[in-house]
Amino acid sequence: MTALTERMKDGLDAPICITWELTYSCNLSCVHCLSSSGRRDPKELTTEEAFRVVDELRNMQVFYVNIGGGEPMIRRDFFDIVEYATSSGVGVKFSTNGTYIDAATAQRLAAMDYLDIQISLDGADAATNDAIRGEGSYDTAMTAMRHLKDAGFGEFKISVVITRHNIAQLDEFKAIADEFGAQLRITRLRPSGRAVDTWEELHPTLDQQRILHQWLLGHGENVLTGDSFFHLNALGESLPGLNLCGAGRVVCLIDPIGDVYACPFVIHDEFLAGNVRDDGGFAAVWRTSDCFSELRGPQSAGACASCGSWDACQGGCMAAKFFTGLPLDGPDPECVGGDGEYALASAGAVPRPSGDHSKPVAVQLGRRSNV
Amino acid sequence: MLDSPLKLHPSVALRPEPFGALAYHYDNRRLIFLKHPTIVDVVKDLEQHPDLQSTLSAHGIDEQQWDNYDKAICSLIESDVVVAR
Ligand code: SF4
Ligand code: SF4
Repeated sequence: MTALTERMKDGLDAPICITWELTYSCNLSCVHCLSSSGRRDPKELTTEEAFRVVDELRNMQVFYVNIGGGEPMIRRDFFDIVEYATSSGVGVKFSTNGTYIDAATAQRLAAMDYLDIQISLDGADAATNDAIRGEGSYDTAMTAMRHLKDAGFGEFKISVVITRHNIAQLDEFKAIADEFGAQLRITRLRPSGRAVDTWEELHPTLDQQRILHQWLLGHGENVLTGDSFFHLNALGESLPGLNLCGAGRVVCLIDPIGDVYACPFVIHDEFLAGNVRDDGGFAAVWRTSDCFSELRGPQSAGACASCGSWDACQGGCMAAKFFTGLPLDGPDPECVGGDGEYALASAGAVPRPSGDHSKPVAVQLGRRSNV
Repeated sequence: MLDSPLKLHPSVALRPEPFGALAYHYDNRRLIFLKHPTIVDVVKDLEQHPDLQSTLSAHGIDEQQWDNYDKAICSLIESDVVVAR
């Protein structure tokens, strides 16, 4: 543990890694969606309110923001907000499923400065990807990437959430990224949003986690991870990046209705710190909310205290523990020492995420399974 | 580096933090940590002085520590936060 990491636990004057989800509306219904997106929320921030958020981020010297959703490009003022941010000196990286990137849009994007794009892909072939992201979503993503390449966008990112089913495709993902001149980003599946219900069958096995750790070590800084696999550091060699749960300390989420949560993976009242519409705006929430102050206070290692790997792993991800019903001061459910699995066996009731914006499941007319 | 004329890269922004400062490079989108308040002051002030050593003495930094500062500035040159002028 470096002195710097210790200091970060006390929190920073402004976040480093801030996610801003512009809308809960989405044309897809991925089974692992961290924000249970689908339907637009009527309380969504207006364009003017979004501009005020950008003003605040600029004043706090937040250098860049990760825009997501839902599908952020669905908002009609998407380009207005992005252009307002980048021209204010707040760089933008946005995540998209690629549906709205046609040839003309790709050219528009390629002409913009301080802009980075992340295309989501959860399988290296259509079958694997579409099982998670829905029919046709693989082709959609590949088409968008081709448009970006043809438009000369440069090095965009391909973002993969690792599951039990795509972990064998790591090399293929890398090959796809290389083919498009893109950078590969691999992140961890957390049991958040709709993944509360799918995590158990989708998260990698212990053996797969070991393979992943080796693969990531082999690729070093060429493959991005958003520092999301630091719980794997308990396997021995540490991965590059910040080894710490940054929730409320260096990380936070502004959701589409302006609610500020400790991290994009903990959309739950327990981690709701305030709203950008409150007096004092986002800055006051970040600097003075009780929720964030508590997260920055000393945390106990709990059941991890006696583990020799505590320094390397810090007990893992708070969101993963919370949404699997585990105590926050104990092992991660994917603890590589196997302590999480042991704890899961006796875990309490699993909390439900606070907002569910999933589309209602389509009723299939003319078909009844119970006749 | 001690006798080189230096400056902060024009595309780098510094954000004060309790531990020192966070530097963001708008060209290569990298974050760099300046882990001590004094090094932040030195970096900000490089352009006002003929070279690194005169910046250090202007900030009252003991000559015995110049080597450490030289190393720190070298690594900032490597990450393109500090450049020659
Ligand atoms: S809760 Fe998990 S995902 Fe969120 S910042 Fe902490 S480690 Fe990262
Ligand atoms: S017991 Fe806790 S600290 Fe040890 S490896 Fe597991 S999660 Fe990490």
